[in-house]
Amino acid sequence: MSVGKIILQLLDGSLVSIVIFLLTLLFSLPLGLLVALGRLSKDRILRSLIKVYISIMRGTPLMLQLMVVFFGPYYLFGIKIKTSYRFAAVIIGFVLNYAAYFAEIYRGGIEAVPKGQYEAARLLGYTPAQTFLRIILPQVIKTILPSVTNEVITLVKDTSLAFVIAVSEMFTAAKAIAAAQTTMMPFIIAGIFYYVFNAVVAFAMARIEKAMDYYE
Amino acid sequence: MSDCLVEIKNLKKSFGDLTVLKDVSLSVEKGEVVSVIGPSGSGKSTLLRCATLLETMDSGELSYMGEKACYTDAQGRCVYASKEELKHIRKKFGLVFQNFNLFPHFSVLKNVTDAAIVAHGVPKEEAFANARRLLTQFGLEGKEDSYPCQLSGGQQQRVSIVRALALNPQVIYFDEPTSALDPELTGEVLRVIKSLAEAHMTMIIVTHEMSFAKEVSDRVIFMENGLIQMQGTPEQVFTSENERVKSFIGKLGNI
Repeated sequence: MSVGKIILQLLDGSLVSIVIFLLTLLFSLPLGLLVALGRLSKDRILRSLIKVYISIMRGTPLMLQLMVVFFGPYYLFGIKIKTSYRFAAVIIGFVLNYAAYFAEIYRGGIEAVPKGQYEAARLLGYTPAQTFLRIILPQVIKTILPSVTNEVITLVKDTSLAFVIAVSEMFTAAKAIAAAQTTMMPFIIAGIFYYVFNAVVAFAMARIEKAMDYYE
Repeated sequence: MSDCLVEIKNLKKSFGDLTVLKDVSLSVEKGEVVSVIGPSGSGKSTLLRCATLLETMDSGELSYMGEKACYTDAQGRCVYASKEELKHIRKKFGLVFQNFNLFPHFSVLKNVTDAAIVAHGVPKEEAFANARRLLTQFGLEGKEDSYPCQLSGGQQQRVSIVRALALNPQVIYFDEPTSALDPELTGEVLRVIKSLAEAHMTMIIVTHEMSFAKEVSDRVIFMENGLIQMQGTPEQVFTSENERVKSFIGKLGNI
């Protein structure tokens, strides 16, 4: 099998990886913010629930979480699993996991904003919602960007974990071809794919960081 | 009483076991400049924070132009006005912080106009015109598009004074406005405050700048141990025979 053919075959898988990556970010970044707000809430019960959720998400392997999300409905409730659920399960698993990590990053960023910013905003008559959206959040985003970049890069590589529930992303496809053709080539190409993908991500994040460099 | 802008009666405030304000009453009239001096830990800043609703008082009464922000009920509990009423009362005062607390991600112009536009519904053009006029008045023309981090401490503090003024408050509180500045920058900020005093802006200034307090104030309040130990004209306080006042002012030795 020629290199060109392998690349063509891997292309489908790489698209799936990119879609997993984009959907995960699309949902987990806002969800993470909500989770962080819950984690910082005055409501003790909500705060404790969120703490438990975060500790489970961070304390168990993502691979295991994906399997629970996919097979859980059947084993726990006897619901028949449709094949179409496969991809949804991957997205649900990734979003729940990444939201927990992002929540902790947001929390650090929110706590790093000096109390005086809230006080100044209050004196100037901003409502709590305006204060958060106009004054606090923009500063939080600037502070947390480097940590978010780290997570996003990890996410690129983590997309390969979707293979455990047989979603044919890049890595799943590479494994299949490698086994059938007894060649290392698919893995090398897959490796290059992840590397280039991350280079693009790192470049984009650096641009965003630079765009926020206009103050401090 | 008609000219009474701020009225604080029997304010008490503790943090846990620490009683910071024991029983403070203070009323300030329109156009009056009041300086609050006293050693660290005397309760000056807490007084300001209670008056600006950043801290809730344990008991006592606070009102602005006759509108009650809080009062103490028969059970001795401090009852605050509704959110809407407090919002209305908040418009009557501004506060200039020791460490400025400008919004670092906003340009100077946005720092001084955003609250008016977003939180108070002032038309944009009006807010911008008002801000530009104030910035020019305080020697900040040409700095509209700068960010706080590009300004000196003195400029930052002047911006934060403009930010407070831009909302047309009836009274401005200053919480040690020059403590974060070196002597040269202190001078430029004090000159700004002095110009406001000359324009009869009502101000309550917590400060360690004794000569400034003496020069600019209509009334000086000396606080210690959570109480107003003495108050009067600058002459009365600065030539007082009261031992504590004398030793505090003497220690600073810059009169």
